[in-house]
Amino acid sequence: MSNHLSGPVEDVTGQSGYPAGHPPRMGFFTDTSVCIGCKACEVACKEWNLVPESGMDLLGSSYDNTGALGADTWRHVAFVEQVRPRESAPVDLGMPAVGRPGGQEAADADRDVTWLMASDVCKHCTHAACLDVCPTGSLFRTEFGTVVVQEDICNGCGYCVPACPYGVIDIRAGDGRAWKCTLCYDRLRGGLEPACAKACPTDSIQFGPWDELRGRAQQRVDHLRASGVPRARLYGADPDDGVGGDGAFFLLLDEPEVYGLPPDPVVTTRDLPAMWRAAGVAAATAAAVMVAAFLGGRR
Amino acid sequence: MVPEAKFGSYYGRPVLKPPTWKTPDVPVYMFLGGMAGAAASMGVLAELTGRPALARVGRFAAAGGAAGGTVFLIHDLGRPARFLNMLRTFKPTSPLSVGSWILAGFGTLTGAAAATEVTGWLTGAGRLARYGAAVLGPAMMTYTAVLFADTAVPAWHEAHRQLPFTFAGSALGSGAGVGLIATPPSQAGPARVMAVAGTAMELVAERRMETRLGLAGEPYQRGRAGRLMRAGRALTAAGALAAAVSGRSRAVSVAAGLGLLAGSLVTRWGVFEAGRQSATDPRYTVVPQRERHAAR
Repeated sequence: MSNHLSGPVEDVTGQSGYPAGHPPRMGFFTDTSVCIGCKACEVACKEWNLVPESGMDLLGSSYDNTGALGADTWRHVAFVEQVRPRESAPVDLGMPAVGRPGGQEAADADRDVTWLMASDVCKHCTHAACLDVCPTGSLFRTEFGTVVVQEDICNGCGYCVPACPYGVIDIRAGDGRAWKCTLCYDRLRGGLEPACAKACPTDSIQFGPWDELRGRAQQRVDHLRASGVPRARLYGADPDDGVGGDGAFFLLLDEPEVYGLPPDPVVTTRDLPAMWRAAGVAAATAAAVMVAAFLGGRR
Repeated sequence: MVPEAKFGSYYGRPVLKPPTWKTPDVPVYMFLGGMAGAAASMGVLAELTGRPALARVGRFAAAGGAAGGTVFLIHDLGRPARFLNMLRTFKPTSPLSVGSWILAGFGTLTGAAAATEVTGWLTGAGRLARYGAAVLGPAMMTYTAVLFADTAVPAWHEAHRQLPFTFAGSALGSGAGVGLIATPPSQAGPARVMAVAGTAMELVAERRMETRLGLAGEPYQRGRAGRLMRAGRALTAAGALAAAVSGRSRAVSVAAGLGLLAGSLVTRWGVFEAGRQSATDPRYTVVPQRERHAAR
């Protein structure tokens, strides 16, 4: 099975036509369990790639005033504030405290406020819908197995925008072309790691060969679960998922949609043969209607 | 009615990016392309069955629709000067690449056919061009449905089995509409049949889009998209009804044609808007995916 439209692919780079001996597939493993929400990745990405500013708005979403990935945001740090029933008694650190005499009873003594932080990025899918539907060939698969827009070719048709199941790529206002994370294609060609991974102080963003990262991710999620974090799960690391696995995958501590990620994304082109079949039947029906109208009808 | 489902999201923000395609550019491009496709095939069939007036109308409507649609398509691009990059490659996985080649071929053939008709030069080549365009006509009527369906937009993608029939029916109606407006009723009989059959095809397909897609069918019935879809249905049905009873009346034929054309345009607009609505509300992305995930 070659799985050109969906399903697992052994060598996505080779399938795109690169000769044997091409570099290994490179990717990101973003381990959100050690993300501290510092946004160094957002800044490093903007600086290295000369990404324009994306607005200075107060969005009212915790410490996140970036909002979402887009043409001018290639790394986005999500801040999820959750209030849960208290799972265990608070640990008394013996710290001096202020408050009314007689105790420290607060209104939320029976609940915990937790913070999830996660740095989102283009997934560089094995089956990338943006690349599949691009009519100009501007979007292409690099020798590292990543997905990159060639800005000297993009004519701004915008087809990649609604095709992406993750809502990553977008048209840049005032520019007219589509932009997204390149996984720092220029740095990779120079033997460097991407700017966001380089800047990440906790190694929440890890860069490396895809196979190696997946092994490391599995070890990490096993370790977390064994240490009492049952909610830890990998997202996008499974080559049998709807997009054939993500080149950039994640360790999450809650359901994907809580972070703004789709719970079960499927590459739209998986159904392309069915779409053309339906269109063929519809076209043949329309042709038959017209022929019948002319041959069967009176003048 | 699908019950409201609870679902998780990131501050209620959309998971998908809504299409950046502009209005009226894209709905008008889809309307004109479909109309032109039907008109090209209708024109040649009229020519072969001895209806010269209807044949002539079909030829010029096809050329005009293809040219107009192309203008709207180019205007919609973020970089219109790079339109020709559409033809720097052929990608079977991209309905817009396939469609650009269909449109390029169809536009060239219909343009050449119209030019030979006006100038009287190279009439043999003109006939060949007409026949070629007539063969491409049904592809013009349906490829835009695949263009919408091949996205992550729930209301479009989940409708990939119905949309081609909606668009083909709508195109049949609009092609017939041009014939009804510009042809003496004595030659417009087949256009009346096309109008009624196309409308029936469209209405059945739209009904299925509303009933068989679960949550993804909801945007076609709600808000602005719902209003547009209902208006498109009313105009199309009224046009088809008027076409059926128009008989020898030129005035009723013209009214029927205008209704069919307006209905076709408004329906495309409604489908476009339904897609935008379904991409903007994370519910349409998250809830069905969560159910699918849970079922595994």
